Amino acid sequence: MTAKLAFPHPPARPDQPPDFSNIVVPPAGSLPVPPLDLEARDARALAVGLVRVLDDAGRAVGPWADGIADLTGDDLRLGLRDMLRMRAVDRRMLNAQRQGKTSFYLQCTGEEAIGCGFQRQLEQGDMNFPTYRQQTLLIAADYPLEALMGQLYSNEMDPLQGRQLPIMHSARDYGFFSISGNLGTQYVQAVGWAMACALRGNGKIAAGWIGDGATASGDFHSALLSASVYLPPVVLNVVNNQWAISTYTGVAVGKSETYAARALGYGIPALRVDGNDYLAVVAVSRWAVARARLGHGPVLIEWFTYRAAAHSTSDDPTAYRPKDEALAWPLGDPVQRLKAHLIARGEWSEARHVQAEAEILDEVIAVQKTVEAHGTFVDPKPISPAEIFRGVYADLPPHLRRQRQEMGY
Amino acid sequence: MIEALRSAMDVKLADDPSVIVFGEDVGYFGGVFRCTAGLQASHGEERVFDTPINESAIVGMAVGMAAQGMRPCVEIQFADYVFPAYDQITQEAARLRHRSNGQFTCPLVVRMPTGGGIFGGQTHSQSPEALFTHVAGLKVVIPSTPHDAKGLLIAAIEDPDPVIFLEPKRIYNGPFRGDHSGKSTPWSAHPAGEVPEGHYVIPLGQAEVRRGGADVTVLAYGTMVHVAEAAVAEAGVDAEIIDLRSLLPLDLDTIRTSVQKTGRCVVVHEATRTGGFGGELIAEVQEACFWHLRAPLIRVAGWDAPYPHAQEWDYFPSPARIARALCKVMED
Ligand SMILES: Cc1ncc(C[n+]2csc(CCOP(=O)(O)OP(=O)(O)O)c2C)c(N)n1
Ligand SMILES: [Mg+2]
Repeated sequence: MTAKLAFPHPPARPDQPPDFSNIVVPPAGSLPVPPLDLEARDARALAVGLVRVLDDAGRAVGPWADGIADLTGDDLRLGLRDMLRMRAVDRRMLNAQRQGKTSFYLQCTGEEAIGCGFQRQLEQGDMNFPTYRQQTLLIAADYPLEALMGQLYSNEMDPLQGRQLPIMHSARDYGFFSISGNLGTQYVQAVGWAMACALRGNGKIAAGWIGDGATASGDFHSALLSASVYLPPVVLNVVNNQWAISTYTGVAVGKSETYAARALGYGIPALRVDGNDYLAVVAVSRWAVARARLGHGPVLIEWFTYRAAAHSTSDDPTAYRPKDEALAWPLGDPVQRLKAHLIARGEWSEARHVQAEAEILDEVIAVQKTVEAHGTFVDPKPISPAEIFRGVYADLPPHLRRQRQEMGY
Repeated sequence: MIEALRSAMDVKLADDPSVIVFGEDVGYFGGVFRCTAGLQASHGEERVFDTPINESAIVGMAVGMAAQGMRPCVEIQFADYVFPAYDQITQEAARLRHRSNGQFTCPLVVRMPTGGGIFGGQTHSQSPEALFTHVAGLKVVIPSTPHDAKGLLIAAIEDPDPVIFLEPKRIYNGPFRGDHSGKSTPWSAHPAGEVPEGHYVIPLGQAEVRRGGADVTVLAYGTMVHVAEAAVAEAGVDAEIIDLRSLLPLDLDTIRTSVQKTGRCVVVHEATRTGGFGGELIAEVQEACFWHLRAPLIRVAGWDAPYPHAQEWDYFPSPARIARALCKVMED
């Protein structure tokens, strides 16, 4: 026998029917809630398993469900509304991009439960280090839609004054760190922020966010190593949506069983969680946030989900995966699953759902109109070009002053 | 230009079994700009494959392969994402031949889309060429037409040393003359859009005179060659436009001949001004042509600020800005 290279392949390509038979979906409620001071060596079952709360009948079952038994119908309806609002914003902004009103957009369809559920467990002053696909964190932080859309239109309502590509938000007061387009870099920054929280004793925590594809970056490993050494109050989230643009998740995970399992090698406890199950998201987020805040150190959560939409408006996924793969995803759709649960609890109905969707759409359209009145890509009201030079440094150095003059300002 | 680049890799994959192509989304899908589309299907997965999102690993693997005698031609998805690989490129690939006294060499190509004009914001628009020209041991190439792109890429793959191959993404689909509507014509309507089949080489280190002229020399590369053509038309000056094609090695002979004739020189690039390659060009021209100069040398470059999104056309050097520089040197 001689050495031969391995090349991981997705189970199905465009000319084949979707095939998720490789994905084992354990029954809801089968994994325990570990103590907050969980050690990596005791986390194996959680790291290779899948924490699920909602069963196929829409009931909340098992020990993780018990941990969130205090959630009221109002709490859950708020979660559903967060997700519906996110979906409405995504749809409207995708269409706005198609109409040329903005240069670029990127949806999080299918992944709404993760950021929406997680954010609601944070406190004012905690800080997320998101990727471009975590606009849910802003929605569930009640970030004004005017600012969110202003950023997407790069108009005068944009808090970042047109400097950043659409979707690269920054909202310090809402616990949302400035997004970089360079993958991985911010995962280790989250660790640094959390170290500063501990050094300053302010009781706050940080949350890092990274996609499955970007866990391949060196900075992912830098983050885990640093977190493992200093044990800061950080929750390290991996959103495994099965794809990194056209690249199958197997190319990033290699021979590791799961992304969560990778953390165990660093001595960091980890859990793999059904990311399309809003209740599982809330239960595990609450546990992880409490663990970090009480000083038990870092934890990694792999949110197992599926990127139902294209990577971005520059991408056509039918070139690399089966067209209807999202429909075949074994963990379903987060909105439908929470809706079914609320209906099963007698807290919701089809009619109320339709009404809520309509209300939310109206609200989103109203904000969109207001924001578009301040300019779009088709009809720009440009921000002053001299803005380019403001904020490069705290003070404008002479060479930039000369360049600004040369520009005519 | 995309088809030309693909054809170059196709030709080399076919004629040299040591050539290998990899990068993010490069294999099955064929690259986010489609430069490698179809190559995996025709040459197999061991020759053309997808990698994890780790630029340091991409170049590090390529260095290891190249050291054993393979010829990797790897893709970095955007030049803005090359920085995790900066260590591997500048400290390893660039010096392997020298530090091992020739025991190991590093014949690899790192391809990457560069430059702005596509509303990509600060992480899809940068022009980092000077960060590579500053490093001993690297060659740096940047084509401005499909015809050159193919011949230069084949030369780069055949080169015995590491080559940074910058592809101006704004002109992937057609020459761009700086029109703020963003419009460009397709390459099929451009004479240099014609790309011969099969193997041909454009040697690294040879500039090309794109437009002959008597009054002022314009030094440009990549997208700016086309913007400079528009600027020259706008300014109505008899300029000689030199497309450098290769920044390192630099074709100083062609530059010297031109500037000694015109006595004036304007240098244009998209990259930020301070520490940019334009400063190097001006220093070379000054040393080689001082006694022939009739006006101060001028740079037109990107402002020293992060590349903006909304204010793209205020940032991207426009034909009007270049035309102003041309008129200014003509005053003296
Ligand atoms: C350092 C770096 N390399 C490459 C890219 C280009 N890129 C942007 S998104 C992406 C895929 C990321 O996939 P994943 O981490 O799984 O996140 P997802 O898009 O699925 O949410 C790539 C390769 C980048 N932004 N940064
Ligand atoms: Mg992904």
